Amino acid sequence: MDNIHIKTPLLLETADTLKAGDHIYITGVIYTARDAAHERMYAALKNGEPLPFDPENAVIYYMGPSPARPGRVIGSAGPTTASRMDKYTPALLDAGLRGMIGKGRRNDEVKAAMIRNHAVYFAAIGGAGALLSRAIKASEVIAYDDLGTEAVRRLTVEDFPAIVVMDAKGNDLYSAEQKIEYI
Amino acid sequence: MCIEANHFLSPDMREALSDALKREDSPLGKQVLTELQENLKIAGEDMIPICQDTGMAVIFMEIGQEVHFEGGDLNEAINEGVRQGYTEGYLRKSVVKDPLIRENTKDNTPAVVHFMMIPGNQVNITVAPKGFGSENMSRVFMLKPAEGIEGVKNAVLTAVKDAGPNACPPMVVGVGIGGTFEKCALLAKKALTRDLNKNAGEQHIAALEKELLDRINASGIGPAGLGGLVTAMAVNIETYPTHIAGLPVAVNICCHVNRHVTRSI
Ligand code: SF4
Repeated sequence: MDNIHIKTPLLLETADTLKAGDHIYITGVIYTARDAAHERMYAALKNGEPLPFDPENAVIYYMGPSPARPGRVIGSAGPTTASRMDKYTPALLDAGLRGMIGKGRRNDEVKAAMIRNHAVYFAAIGGAGALLSRAIKASEVIAYDDLGTEAVRRLTVEDFPAIVVMDAKGNDLYSAEQKIEYI
Repeated sequence: MCIEANHFLSPDMREALSDALKREDSPLGKQVLTELQENLKIAGEDMIPICQDTGMAVIFMEIGQEVHFEGGDLNEAINEGVRQGYTEGYLRKSVVKDPLIRENTKDNTPAVVHFMMIPGNQVNITVAPKGFGSENMSRVFMLKPAEGIEGVKNAVLTAVKDAGPNACPPMVVGVGIGGTFEKCALLAKKALTRDLNKNAGEQHIAALEKELLDRINASGIGPAGLGGLVTAMAVNIETYPTHIAGLPVAVNICCHVNRHVTRSI
């Protein structure tokens, strides 16, 4: 397995080189958003209002951390199930979003929007929040503070480990790896 | 107990996870399981929750019938314990007050509490924080008696297949068979707290547990759903008598962070 290091903002040219199954490390700024933040961002897009961050080439991490102990950057910080965001994702992709980090399958509309916009979906290991928190070097709430753990955070990450599950060409590691038909 | 459950797994769970690593042969699966071991180590050493979803607190209270409680409301005392644990332990507050209005209660209360009366003068308290990645993939099937054991197998395999990567495999699968609609769901939840090394008491159920585990692991879903041999670490089945007209089956799926702590007083 090759280890590939990528930087954010994630440029279209870089996204296009990634393939389902690649093990990658992300360095740079990523933004957290879960269900409630997605609902608000979606409404903002519909109303022509600005988003809490520039979506162009951005990477969103579907994550709501546990509280940081004093002196720490963040608490446990692993991915949440991505499919709950499917309803809102195509609009964000059409607005320029280039990458998403989460866990679990996506629907066909998201897949189509990813291909259309040359975007990539990464899986971080679900339930490895203690380990993943070590790659997060800075964290700052930038919007929707009232949502608590669901607020939008700007994270600075260094070598954050993830796996390309769906690439910009529509290859899907989850469906490729499973022989679930015959169980 | 909330804090302990969210930072340390029970010995049988830890053993099952290291066994999983020994059995797995896919490189990606091995890597995931190795990282989960490391994650557990960091969680315990740095006191950072194993998973950020520190769950909704599910509590089983087995109360000896000789016991008498004085000086206040037991429900409130339980919720106060949850409140303190989640606040002082830096655990995530993931509970919303109204399921539709969805405003966070900010202290992870209320807990979901199940009371059971038992003989004697002891109180057994089990705290089992439940994450919703896997809870969302759980199902209840009201089968017809004619569907029999094949129907049960199908129900469990369907739930596991649909859960796939969403439920953070390798999973533990809790199954309740029999009773009524709500009874089988409760049995399935309780089954998740059973020691993974213990099979069901009845031989035919223990055989079913084994068959289902083998078939789930033949699915190839694998650790984190990225492919591999270990999709589940155990299938725990609990049963109860049921009505002549029914065969309820509940499948409560739990991720590899199957948390539960029990204390007796
Ligand atoms: S399903 Fe379990 S391991 Fe996965 S995010 Fe939820 S609590 Fe954590």
